[in-house]
Parts: sequence; structure tokens; C-alpha cells
Amino acid sequence: MRYSIFSLLGHALAGNRRWTPAWRDAAPKAGYDIVIVGGGGHGLATAYYLARMHGITNVAVIEKGWIGSGNVGRNTTIIRSNYLLPGNVPFYEWSLKLWEGLEQELNYNAMVSQRGTLNLFHSDSQRDAFVRRGNSMRLHGVDAELLDVPALRRLVPFVDFDNARFPIRGGLLQRRGGTVRHDAVAWGYARAADRLGVDVIQNCEVTGIRVERGRAVGVETSRGYIAAGKLGLACAGNSSRVASMAGLRLPIESHVLQAFVSEALKPVIPCVITFGAGHFYVSQSDKGGLVFGGDIDGYNSYAQRGNLPTVEDVCEGGMALMPSLGRVRLLRSWGGVMDMSMDGSPIIDRTPVDQLYLNAGWCYGGFKATPASGWCFAHLLAKDGPHPLAAAYRLDRFAAGRVVDEKGQGPHPNRH
Amino acid sequence: MRIPCPHCGPRGHEEFAYHGDAAPIRPDPAAAEAERAFGEYVYLRDNPAGLHRELWYHALGCLTWLIVERDTRTHAIRGVAEARANHAQGQAAQ
Ligand SMILES: Cc1cc2nc3c(=O)[nH]c(=O)nc-3n(C[C@H](O)[C@H](O)[C@H](O)COP(=O)(O)OP(=O)(O)OC[C@H]3O[C@@H](n4cnc5c(N)ncnc54)[C@H](O)[C@@H]3O)c2cc1C
Ligand SMILES: [Zn+2]
Repeated sequence: MRYSIFSLLGHALAGNRRWTPAWRDAAPKAGYDIVIVGGGGHGLATAYYLARMHGITNVAVIEKGWIGSGNVGRNTTIIRSNYLLPGNVPFYEWSLKLWEGLEQELNYNAMVSQRGTLNLFHSDSQRDAFVRRGNSMRLHGVDAELLDVPALRRLVPFVDFDNARFPIRGGLLQRRGGTVRHDAVAWGYARAADRLGVDVIQNCEVTGIRVERGRAVGVETSRGYIAAGKLGLACAGNSSRVASMAGLRLPIESHVLQAFVSEALKPVIPCVITFGAGHFYVSQSDKGGLVFGGDIDGYNSYAQRGNLPTVEDVCEGGMALMPSLGRVRLLRSWGGVMDMSMDGSPIIDRTPVDQLYLNAGWCYGGFKATPASGWCFAHLLAKDGPHPLAAAYRLDRFAAGRVVDEKGQGPHPNRH
Repeated sequence: MRIPCPHCGPRGHEEFAYHGDAAPIRPDPAAAEAERAFGEYVYLRDNPAGLHRELWYHALGCLTWLIVERDTRTHAIRGVAEARANHAQGQAAQ
């Protein structure tokens, strides 16, 4: 069924008793042309673009839990394309363009809200770094604006401008950045892919990858063997575990990142704000809760929950930026396990095993990448070669010394 | 999470700096295939869900490098030893 104002009214008049499930609860078939492991945003987007852009519909997405149980439903929903490096900017900008048309494309309300993302700076050197980043963005045709303190006082009057230790000197604003309702992205892509014939198979854990003569031919799952013409991995956070089933070692460590939501408030925060002197960022959801986060906990973890010192650190950052936060009560917090790659950038590439393809290493910034990641991974699976926008995200870049390290931190996943 | 330092007793993990998997050992630069070996040493990790031997530095304590054996799913710590002893073993094994 197509969703529209008329379908909404019709269902309302019928007492909302006639809604049907948004996608089929598919059972696994014996085999598919393409099997994608991982029903997060990236896996589902990949399946959708395989069907939509490449006409390949004999596709299954295999998810061990339920759609949206991974990071796609745990992140802090920020989208932006304010990157510095040439390998990154065009990719993330294409993603932002796809976000801008996503709801019409999927016929699904993902609550894409371009309320702006604002990075504050607190010193001359930080200002130089943000000017450079803004210039890099503009050279790539991406919007970026440098705001001085008077302009900031109009936009975000509640931040602590005259903080004795970290006075606010200005900010870099990307007006087209913003937030998106995260689980609606999973649901929207699942529904749209399902309508094009893709099987979205939930509660089906991949437990093994069958490799014959150097070639991946299918997966062992908790619901039996499934043959695959091609196999794509999109298991954010668990990429190392799943790739190890085919004997691969990856340039990735799994780390936990926490997120926090406060009680609902009246509208106070107009955009996404990042603190430049510590790791803290905040936005306000449409329900009114302040959504915020900071650093990863910093050690390998598959626990999906974090530790208290990080909570303290994040809250201290918040208080330094916005002292009024001290009056707000925290409602809940949670953690998600992410692939932290060795250079902080993702991998979309073939692997040394034939017919086995990898989409991994998204760190804490992969939500905004969802549409472009699906777009480029679908291209790779369909055409067997990298999409030009993802040309920098090769697996061999580490050994070859062509890393894409936005922060210049070196091979330390917990520093990116 | 508290790490039982052999010198200082159990201390909060925020006193320590984390340096990742303790398994990789610096390859011999003169060896054949040293380039490939260095690539793997610097970048590739097992990243297990389960027991992990990892380096922690007691930066706000006794300034000792430790090897902590920890379950990455539960943070339960099974053993702690000084990294120095392990390093000597690694060298011998090479
Ligand atoms: C707290 C937090 C905040 C974040 N904030 C932001 C943000 O503001 N902006 C941003 O851009 N990014 C953010 N991120 C990062 C972003 O959420 C991730 O990079 C992105 O969601 C990863 O892609 P995905 O949606 O496909 O992952 P997931 O939703 O995690 O999908 C992977 C799926 O694979 C499944 N899987 C794993 N192993 C198997 C198996 N063996 N068999 C079958 N299925 C398997 C998992 O169950 C999971 O559903 C944040 C992450 C966290 C944790
Ligand atoms: Zn100590």
C-alpha cells in the first residue's frame, strides 16, 4: 500500500484496525543471487538499491535479531557532510543529497530534519582548522558558513560564551546537516526493498561462511544453509567476527559508544551543536528529549553497554558547554558496539575470498552514510568494481599506506 | 570496570590508558616479507568476542604497562601481569 494523506485518513476513519505489516516476514529460501548479512541501515539500503538501481531482486537480507536492533536504532541520528579529505567529502555529500530525497524515494516518513550542524571552536588554532575544513567543503560544492560570536549569540544564546577556560570564539555551520528518525530509516528501506521483491529475514543468525576453492558459496545460519551467488557483509560492530568465519582478519577493533536522552523539554536547541574543547554533542529530538553523546569508552568491547567514567566525562563536557543542562534529568542511556577501523574510515570493497564483499569500519559516523553506503555497496555487488565515490575505501589501503585518516591519529582505533 | 594492578590494587579503568591487543609483536625489519609482516602488525587484529589479552598503562598510578586478560563481552578480568615479563617471553619465542 502507498502511504499518503488519503491512506492515513482512510485508516483513521476505519479506527486504524486495517493496517497491514510494512514488510513480509520472509522465511529463507534455499538460495539467492545475492545474500547480505546484517539488517542494519547499510544492509537494507544495499538491498534496496540493488533492486532499484540494478534490477537485482533475488536478494536476501539476513538479520540475527530484528530490523533496527543494531546501531541503526542506537545512534544519535546526526547527518552532515562536513568532512575535510577529498576521499570523504564527495561520498558524504552524495549521502546528504540522497537523504534530501529519501522520503519521496521510499514513500516513508523518516523525519529528515535539516536543522543544521554547528561545530564550535574555542581558540585561534581551532578556528584555523575549521576555516580549512569549511574551505575544503566549499571547494567540493558543499555548504559551509563561518559564524562569529554575535551570529552565534543569536542562534544559540544559551551556551557558555565566556567560559573562563574555553571561551567560545565562533563556529562552523552546515545548514543542510541535521537529524533523521533513525529506526524509520531501517523500516523505510526494509519496506521499500520488500516491495521490490527482496526477502528481509529476521531472527536468522549467520554462524558460518561456506568457502569452496577460495570462493564464498553460501552461509550457515540458525535457520539452515542458504546458498549465495554473491555474499555481502554489512554487520557493523560484528564485522571481525563474521569475516573470521571466512578466515579473514580485518583492520578493525569493536568498541562501545554510549548515547543519552533527557526528559522532554520545550524546544530549546535549534540545531546539532558540538563542543570543541571536549567531546560532547547535543541535539533535541522532535519529542523534546535532549539527545547527546561524547567519546567512545575506549577499549575493545562487545558488551552493548558502557561504563560510568565515560558518562561522567560526557556530562562534564555538557556542563562546560551549556551549564543550564545541570537542571535537566537524564532519562536513559545505552551503548552500541561499532567497528572502529584503524584510520577512522570505512571499507567498501571486495575481499581476498572470491564473491565475498565487505562493508565495514563505519566507526561512530556511519548513520549519515547509510544511503550512500547502500548505493556504493550495491554498485560493488552488481558490477564487481568499486563505485567512484567509494574509491578511497579499499581494503588494501592499509598495507599500501593510503589511509584516509581525517583526524591524523594514526593506527589507534580508540583515538578516531 | 576495575583493573587489579599488581602494584596498586584494584583501580578504576579511568586511571589507565588503553593500548589494544597485546598479541602483535614487532616483526624483524630485516626478514624476508618484512613489509607484509609490518602491515599485519600495525593494522590487522583478531578482535575476539571473548577473552582478549590487552595492554593497559597505569598512567595515573604506578606507570607500569600491564597485560590484562579480559572478556570483551562482560569485562570480567581473568588475569593481570606486567607487560615486561610478557615482552621477554615474546622475544624468546621469536
Ligand atoms: C551510540 C551511538 C551513536 C551514534 N551516533 C551517530 C550519529 O549521530 N551519526 C552517525 O552518522 N552515526 C552515528 N553512529 C554510528 C552508526 O550508528 C553506525 O555506524 C551505523 O548504524 C552502522 O551501520 P548499520 O546501520 O548497518 O549497523 P547495524 O544497525 O548495527 O547493523 C548491523 C546488523 O548486523 C547484524 N549482525 C551482526 N552479526 C550477525 C550475524 N552473525 N548474522 C546475522 N546478522 C548479524 C546485527 O544484528 C545488526 O543488526 C552512532 C553509533 C552509536 C553506537
Ligand atoms: Zn599501578
